[in-house]
Amino acid sequence: MSFPWAEHYTPKHPVMKWVDERLPLPRFVYNAVGSGYEVPRNLNYFWNFGVLAGVALTIQLITGIVLAMHYAANAGVAFDSVEHIMRNVNSGWLLRYAHANGASFFFIVVYIHIFRGLFYSSYKAPREMVWLLGVVIFLLMMATAFMGYVLPWGQMSYWGAQVITGLFSALPLVGEPIHTWLLGGFAPGDAALNRFFSLHYLLPFVIAGVIILHIWALHIPGSSNPTGVEVKGPQDTVPFHPYYTAKDGFGLAVFLLIFATVVFYAPNYMGHPDNYIAANPMSTPAHIVPEWYFWPFYAILRAFTVDLSIPFTGIVIIPAKLLGVLAMFSSILLLFFLPWIDTSPVRSGKYRPLFKKFFYLLLIDVAVLGYCGGAPAAEPFVMISQIAAAYYFAHFLIVLPLIAIYERPDPLPGSITEAVLANAKHRPADAAAVPAE
Amino acid sequence: MVRIFGGLVGLFFAGMLLISFIVGVVAVTPVLSEHGSFVAPTVEEEFHHHPKSVAWSFNGPFGKYDKAQLQRGFQVYSEVCAACHSIKQVAFRSLADLGYSDAEIKAIAKKRQIPDADPKTGEATTREGIPADHFPLVYPNDIAARAANNNAIPPDLSLMAKSREGGPDYIHSLLTGFEEQPAELLKKFPDAKTPEGLHFNPYFANLNLAMAPPLSAEGQVTYGEGQPKPTVDQMAQDVSAFLMWTAEPKLEARKSTGFAVVIFLLFATVLSYMAYQNIWANKEH
Repeated sequence: MSFPWAEHYTPKHPVMKWVDERLPLPRFVYNAVGSGYEVPRNLNYFWNFGVLAGVALTIQLITGIVLAMHYAANAGVAFDSVEHIMRNVNSGWLLRYAHANGASFFFIVVYIHIFRGLFYSSYKAPREMVWLLGVVIFLLMMATAFMGYVLPWGQMSYWGAQVITGLFSALPLVGEPIHTWLLGGFAPGDAALNRFFSLHYLLPFVIAGVIILHIWALHIPGSSNPTGVEVKGPQDTVPFHPYYTAKDGFGLAVFLLIFATVVFYAPNYMGHPDNYIAANPMSTPAHIVPEWYFWPFYAILRAFTVDLSIPFTGIVIIPAKLLGVLAMFSSILLLFFLPWIDTSPVRSGKYRPLFKKFFYLLLIDVAVLGYCGGAPAAEPFVMISQIAAAYYFAHFLIVLPLIAIYERPDPLPGSITEAVLANAKHRPADAAAVPAE
Repeated sequence: MVRIFGGLVGLFFAGMLLISFIVGVVAVTPVLSEHGSFVAPTVEEEFHHHPKSVAWSFNGPFGKYDKAQLQRGFQVYSEVCAACHSIKQVAFRSLADLGYSDAEIKAIAKKRQIPDADPKTGEATTREGIPADHFPLVYPNDIAARAANNNAIPPDLSLMAKSREGGPDYIHSLLTGFEEQPAELLKKFPDAKTPEGLHFNPYFANLNLAMAPPLSAEGQVTYGEGQPKPTVDQMAQDVSAFLMWTAEPKLEARKSTGFAVVIFLLFATVLSYMAYQNIWANKEH
């Protein structure tokens, strides 16, 4: 599970020795996040985000469990029970604002984590399983976040549930029965709210379980690093503790600082005002939009405006709505195949001049999709999102395999240590005394 | 296999999107050449105004509610708005935030009738309010509300300041924004004449709302000794501030807690950075 030069756990205290002989849990922790886990010495700040995602999940679990003690999942009182939390529960406003913004921050952190993986090709052998489990976590997060947003039973909750569950009705033949089965009725109501609450409470623990598998799978080959060159010897690594516990501690402090600033000074910035209006099935909001972290996928969904049909006959093979639904799910599911789509032997984007350019284009593309997804479904946003969505699919399914064939990568450093020392040489002499990241 | 199949899927989706795009371009071209914009202009887009910003006492990281203003706002709410609008999320006891004494709160609650069961017969009846009660509804149900208001439901105001873009700015602008429909509007959109029984207000999303201007004359509400003159603008500001409080009663606790947390975290960030540098000293990375 680790490199041969990793330190071995030797309990000093008699109690720890006693425990370790009967249940080697201290040994397990020591080898996972202690001095027993050897990590490349050259990780940059983008490698902080895995730990931060774990912290974000923990914040959601703690605030969520306490909120559930005061929340009532019943269509008649759900909205008022949230206001009860905001007004009458001790520090209830803090719990709710931390939980609502915590979801957004969880996604910010995870998106950076995913793009880190994309740039440094962390999905390539031997870490495919880490990536696949990561995509599973991402899907579970999306389901959890969607169902959580329904719980306050405001206007956006209700109509968001209506739109998203309505996607399933686009499926031919089985669509309507599946839609009704998912909701437990013909429209969102008590049955839907109750099952969403139940699943919203369950799925985070499933996520925690998959995270354990994700870390387990990571610790088989060990962490990747910004050069993409595998660890060759003891000089390439440092023990996780104290080196990366210290660095993660600093990253965590910065994360909490930004998180606290938003929770205390702009708690409703990322929310939608309409969700402070109680759900009303008789009145549809002017613009139904999901939370910001779904905007890129919402834009892909809405970008399909033309049915796939046989020309001049009027026979529709796939209606536009179903195309949108299929494309939206495909846009995430294609990530599962990434390790086998991108065949370039070089991992790090740093040494891939052509890949790098297209990667930055993808970043801009996803930002444009996000903007269009949050905008009303009108021109010019639909036209822009059509071009952006086309590039999204082309990037992963056409461009990446072609780059792998035609790109001439830059020369790779011989080892991690060689890259680190070459970097240090370029630094001015006085800076060498205080190694800065 | 994966790459061939994936490439075909990619070509299919990208192809359908490009066809959708071309169809969109064809559809939008005549609109673009006629109006110079992607969609035909609507009356809401051209004549809707964004709320004017007001320098509220509760703005900014150290902002606090002005208790005298909240009391004036409560007075405006009670004497004007409360005829039609409820604030059902607010309990009488929380009026202590506005600086009212226990005796005053008891007196305020006592003036309201709360639906309850008669303790002797069990029949539905009403009783005098106590501080633990919430402000009662104005109408027993939506049907009664519609019947009394020309088929419009006066919304509950508890969360109004958080459920509209612009919050208290929006409420203030709306209350002071009633005007005659501009002649220019009718010239450009002859069909957009404000319907009978509605009132033109450029701050309202669809420009015409059922509510008649509620604050129409200076001195409509009599303020106590030493308070500012009750102009329409002053009354609108006061009631907007009051509704910000009903929507976000914990604003002051939130901002002051936030200050302590942020200072603590700044300190923690500096310390953790120093610890990080200390541990990594002499380790090139």
